Amino acid sequence: MDAIQTLGLTKQYKDVTAVDSLNLTVRQGELLSLLGVNGAGKTTTIKMLTGLTRPTAGDAFLNGKSILTERGAVKEMIAVSPQETAVAPNLTVQENLELMAGVHGLPKAQAMDRIAVLQDRFGLGAVAGKRAGKLSGGWQRRLSIAMALISSPQILFLDEPTLGLDVLARADLWDMIRSLKGKMTVILTTHYLEEAEALSDRVAILKGGRLLVTGTPEEIKRCAGTDKFDEAFVRIVKEGQP
Amino acid sequence: MRGLAFSKRNDLEVLRDPLNLFFGVGFPIVLLLLLTAIQANIPVSMFEIQHLAPGIVVFGLSFMTLFSATLIAKDRGSSFLQRLYTTPLTAADFILGYLLPILPMCLAQSALCYGAAVLLGLKVTVHMALAILFTLPIALLFVSLGLLCGSILTDRQVGGICGALLTNLTAWLSGIWFDLRLVGGAFQKVANFLPFVHAVEMERAVLQGDYAAVFPHIWWVAGYAIAVTAIAICAFLRQMRRQ
Repeated sequence: MDAIQTLGLTKQYKDVTAVDSLNLTVRQGELLSLLGVNGAGKTTTIKMLTGLTRPTAGDAFLNGKSILTERGAVKEMIAVSPQETAVAPNLTVQENLELMAGVHGLPKAQAMDRIAVLQDRFGLGAVAGKRAGKLSGGWQRRLSIAMALISSPQILFLDEPTLGLDVLARADLWDMIRSLKGKMTVILTTHYLEEAEALSDRVAILKGGRLLVTGTPEEIKRCAGTDKFDEAFVRIVKEGQP
Repeated sequence: MRGLAFSKRNDLEVLRDPLNLFFGVGFPIVLLLLLTAIQANIPVSMFEIQHLAPGIVVFGLSFMTLFSATLIAKDRGSSFLQRLYTTPLTAADFILGYLLPILPMCLAQSALCYGAAVLLGLKVTVHMALAILFTLPIALLFVSLGLLCGSILTDRQVGGICGALLTNLTAWLSGIWFDLRLVGGAFQKVANFLPFVHAVEMERAVLQGDYAAVFPHIWWVAGYAIAVTAIAICAFLRQMRRQ
């Protein structure tokens, strides 16, 4: 079974079609990047897939569960790390992780085990007692992703995870995201083309709410007739078709 | 269990903000001290401690709107709520999670105010315990106002509307600092149509053990509390759908 399958997924806001009849398939354990310029429909697609907004038409199935009729089951299997760092600033790192474990209904012992594993994996142990609001942007982003992983989601949505981070913090996060590959399905949105090329198994390029092309970074470059990924992206988006 | 985790978080967020502690506890007690000192030098019946303390308790509770609204508006502005909307938490978990943790804080704040008033000469009676309990409908009114404002305003707007406007409305239209009959006319009519003066009069009546005088004030307070809570729930659900 595919991890995600969208069938004519559409979102209309008054006169604007934010996402137009999107048909997209994401395989189990795959890391797929959604690329596109501002207004391409990336965030709206993620909002529909995570149940934050209801499609105007079409449907999507996450591990076979409909986002329209099985929202509860969908919520149990997904996690989101939003574009802005969504942490509780007056809570410590440990308390933020406990909060997410609590809202996902993890039993106390299991929650503590999971928190210990994530603190170890993300190097958060040293700052466990520090308030999240006092952490640097890079550490907050680490915490934000760790919070998303607390429930061991089957599908993880990472919305611009490295936006605004310096080179070293970004490299650290890339390593963390790479370590997730194969363990869960990851949908990544990013404006950094080198990030999409380095991390993705496949890339989907959107423009004006429509899907222009999907493929591996190599396939995209071949398709656009260039050996540079950023050039390929620009060509595809400018021409509106591969 | 899930809602409890969210409530606990809200509890900690409010209690760990030093400004909340200053305005929630420090400011009402400073007012009590100041006005009692004035009363000692220039005796005014309004500022006698048994008259003043219930008013300060109600005025202190008005800050709970600010705390509650700021928390919700900040959560909305920072995508924290969006993250939580993708978890299995239900709408009821969110609403109760924002309302319930503030209510015990209101009781604690009222107890501290009455405690300070005791140090300033207020007699300890069994009525005082009941007066603290009677703050619950008043607390629900102010906390629900916070849910309402937090659901429709940004955190900057909340500072102006709840921090300045509401606290001033509570102060001027509640009969804490002056007898509303001295102004009379439309001012008194408007004040009597709003819940603040009724909240103060109800507290004063309970503290004095004059339970017959609790009516009709309690109906005004309870009516406003129920209506505002219902409107706040609708506003919260509306913004939840919009997210």
